[in-house]
Amino acid sequence: MPQSAEKILDHAPLFREPEYRQMLAEKKLNFECPHPDQIVTDQSEYTKTWEYREKNLAREALVINPAKACQPLGAVFAAAGFERTMSFVHGSQGCVAYYRSHLSRHFKEPSSAVSSSMTEDAAVFGGLKNMIDGLANTYALYDPKMIAVSTTCMAEVIGDDLHGFIENAKGEGSVPADFDVPFAHTPAFVGSHVDGYDGMVKGILENFWKGKERKEVAGSINIIPGFDGFCVGNNRELKRLLDLMGVSYAFVQDASDQFDTPSDGMYRMYDGGTKIEDVKAALNAEATLSLQHYNTRKTLEFCQELGQATASFHYPLGLKATDEFLMKVSEISGKEIPGAIGLERGRLVDAIADSQAWLHGKKYAIYGDPDFVYGVTRFVMETGGEPIHCLATNGTSAWEAEMKELLASSPFGKDAQVWSGKDLWAMRSLLFTEPVDLLIGNSYGKYLERDTSTPLIRLTFPIFDRHHHHRFPLMGYQGGLRVLTTILDKIFDKLDGETMKVGVTDYSYDLTR
Amino acid sequence: MSLDYENDDALHKKLIEEVLSHYPDKAAKRRKKHLSVAKNKRKTAEEGQVFSECDVKSNIKSIPGVMTIRGCAYAGSKGVVWGPIKDMVHISHGPVGCGQYSWSQRRNYYVGTTGIDAFVTMQFTSDFQEKDIVFGGDKKLEKIIDEIEELFPLNNGVTVQSECPIGLIGDDIEAVSRKKAEEYNTTIVPVRCEGFRGVSQSLGHHIANDAIRDWVFDTTEVAYEAGRYDVNVIGDYNIGGDAWASRILLEEIGLHVVGNWSGDATLAEIERAPKAKLNLIHCYRSMNYICRHMEEKYGVPWMEYNFFGPSQIEASLRQIAKHFGPEIEERAERVIAKYSGLTDAVIDKYWPRLRGKRVMLYVGGLRPRHVITAYEDLGMEIVGTGYEFAHNDDYQRTGHYVKEGTLIYDDVTGYELEKFIEVIRPDLVGSGIKEKYSVQKMGIPFRQMHSWDYSGPYHGYDGFAIFARDMDLAVNNPVWGLYDAPWKKKAMTPAAVAAE
Repeated sequence: MPQSAEKILDHAPLFREPEYRQMLAEKKLNFECPHPDQIVTDQSEYTKTWEYREKNLAREALVINPAKACQPLGAVFAAAGFERTMSFVHGSQGCVAYYRSHLSRHFKEPSSAVSSSMTEDAAVFGGLKNMIDGLANTYALYDPKMIAVSTTCMAEVIGDDLHGFIENAKGEGSVPADFDVPFAHTPAFVGSHVDGYDGMVKGILENFWKGKERKEVAGSINIIPGFDGFCVGNNRELKRLLDLMGVSYAFVQDASDQFDTPSDGMYRMYDGGTKIEDVKAALNAEATLSLQHYNTRKTLEFCQELGQATASFHYPLGLKATDEFLMKVSEISGKEIPGAIGLERGRLVDAIADSQAWLHGKKYAIYGDPDFVYGVTRFVMETGGEPIHCLATNGTSAWEAEMKELLASSPFGKDAQVWSGKDLWAMRSLLFTEPVDLLIGNSYGKYLERDTSTPLIRLTFPIFDRHHHHRFPLMGYQGGLRVLTTILDKIFDKLDGETMKVGVTDYSYDLTR
Repeated sequence: MSLDYENDDALHKKLIEEVLSHYPDKAAKRRKKHLSVAKNKRKTAEEGQVFSECDVKSNIKSIPGVMTIRGCAYAGSKGVVWGPIKDMVHISHGPVGCGQYSWSQRRNYYVGTTGIDAFVTMQFTSDFQEKDIVFGGDKKLEKIIDEIEELFPLNNGVTVQSECPIGLIGDDIEAVSRKKAEEYNTTIVPVRCEGFRGVSQSLGHHIANDAIRDWVFDTTEVAYEAGRYDVNVIGDYNIGGDAWASRILLEEIGLHVVGNWSGDATLAEIERAPKAKLNLIHCYRSMNYICRHMEEKYGVPWMEYNFFGPSQIEASLRQIAKHFGPEIEERAERVIAKYSGLTDAVIDKYWPRLRGKRVMLYVGGLRPRHVITAYEDLGMEIVGTGYEFAHNDDYQRTGHYVKEGTLIYDDVTGYELEKFIEVIRPDLVGSGIKEKYSVQKMGIPFRQMHSWDYSGPYHGYDGFAIFARDMDLAVNNPVWGLYDAPWKKKAMTPAAVAAE
């Protein structure tokens, strides 16, 4: 009997006990009708070949293990970055359960959002009644300052008109006439979560800015972070830098406190976020900066239309990207970059120099959202690394062109290939046929690590199977240090693992590296 | 073992009044029917057992805007019933999100070479784009099936799990499935589990069951000579290995589990099921439909059982054995005796650490009732329980488990659950990921009771040891004592506040 009260075995060791191994072997043999082992092995080996890769990359319809989510997830994340804002997703209710779970599993935090719970009758007659009742209930129960409405694909397919519905609901008294109910149509069959983010932020800005007179405050800056699973660490780090510079700025969308509430006996359904008053005032900023270009294309266009200067970055991470970001901020604000930040920069360069021998020539596969992949690729090349595969399932042809330009700018980018629209099953073939030393991505990458033995570094959303990484910044020079250390730890852990075999490889098990 | 305790009937009634008072009138009227306090103890004539009644309305539409915890029909079909079948490729047919959010999240353990002869922890999607909505997705679906056959030739079948748009744009996935099944001489199952159908996951279970009937049973002839002790386990999804910790016991008492539905299952196990002599059903809610069908059409009787905690395991083993006669009954007694040392040791170890601790549950299919006795086996008391998607027959069955005065909440809203927890302040809450962190912020221990909080198995005797340890490590962790900063004056009232 494998189990005992003294030493309780978890699932991993329990099912390796002889009783269970025998039971599972017999189950397979007697009841599963499996393929013969040799056939399974042969197919397994075949998937590692160039021939399989070509078939795999030639797929036109089937998507397997994509690295992207749907628009409303981005909208719900965006809304979480505003003061006391409840996300209201119009359409089927199951979707909302999914967004909440997905965000909670990454942040290890509560995630609140409501649904208009449309069912079959609403599919026929439209969801107006659901909107009217739903807004009234949300307003009464959850005491929001703003309700941000987005849509599931069901509501989009039947063509529900959010603007009309919300006006109708206000007319029915669901919420006061002057209550803020910004909205964004977020069809899941267009783009990805980064577009849903864009749409929701734009919807909120339109709600507060449209028809208002703009009085520019010279030198003041808005910052839109984009969909960022590391918003907790990143936003706080950037604020620290901007405060050091003495810049007048506002984060427009900031979920850093909402997704990092303390445990002190009180559950805060709402915490932090950009204050409504600050959103209104942000109209007067001289410039709006986006930290993630592909998350804010429509929003920045809107800002430009209203007369703001705009600039966008690609997840500014590492040395030069941080330099550029700070210099842009300095240029607009007229504030100098203080010596203290210069010291931080020097320390990051110092760290890269200390470790350069371990990083030079390392080959990488990098996947994630378009801006993230751009940012990480750039930093990897700064450390002497060689990106080989750069993949974004939600990458566009414009992104592909920008990536190629970036890679062409450094000798370390010469062997890189850019894969826009491809998924992680394609990445599996790429890693088998053109192997790399390190894979940078998220938790889904663990299946690639298992299959191809490529060590995985988790640096982007979602990270389900490691805790608290998102509480630390990746951006800024301090963030660069964190990324650098994470990569180095993986390299050293792997090396130690390979050299710890007693009497066989441990001649290389060096104390100092 | 039956633990004796009573719940605070008056407080719970007051609580219900209190939460309802915050709703707009129309919503309050509707929600009122879903909340109650277990009452009216009555005795059944033959056994003298005491039952409670949980008089709530269930399986009706959620109210818009209240933060229901429920999911959808797709979640019930792909996520629960079909997803765990390991040698089939399950296509999430529609936009990318549904498949992405449900990818690898239910912990349906299986043995196989993923991507080669098993596909459970992969996300296959048709990733619908605008043109697919406008022009329809049938052509794309055909191509997808071709690509699956090319890249995954060892798959033993394909299912098409419909997302919302499929039913709205008038795609004929049945025709595509029929055509392609013929072309490849394989099993292709179209499932109409669009998320807007029904009121919760529940209709998705039902639709998935019907799809097995129509597209597996009715299309496949299986040559299999069943033995007298052949049984199917129905409604065990092998979360964290639950089905394995159950199977070992059933085999030990001399039964042959020819099919496990659907954790770690192959299509062959599903196809062969009607040949078995008995269906043993664990999750009644999600798979009673197919059991009733097998009873009607193939004459296979079915029996509910409960493998959570030694009291229920013992009773279930005896009941199952009784069906097969003295030989199996005798073996069942030996098995019960064999494990009594383990369960006694587990209870001796954890009872002193857990007795009298009060638990609130809010889960899905069977657990809001099935786990109650397992807690009581450890001396813990259930103060409140409720289901996301139960029907009336589930609440009837719940009456057999709960004590008088237990707070009952059907399709609870975020608001209600927070208020209930905040006032009752139980010692442990067992619910899902969406509830976990808000409860822990209040300083109340929590275990996820869908995923076993990444632990498990909890079924069977081996699982009970893990269950007991997990409840102890949640309740008795030192972190709950660290919440108050020492320089802050202790608040006199509970500090937890929901949304005010």
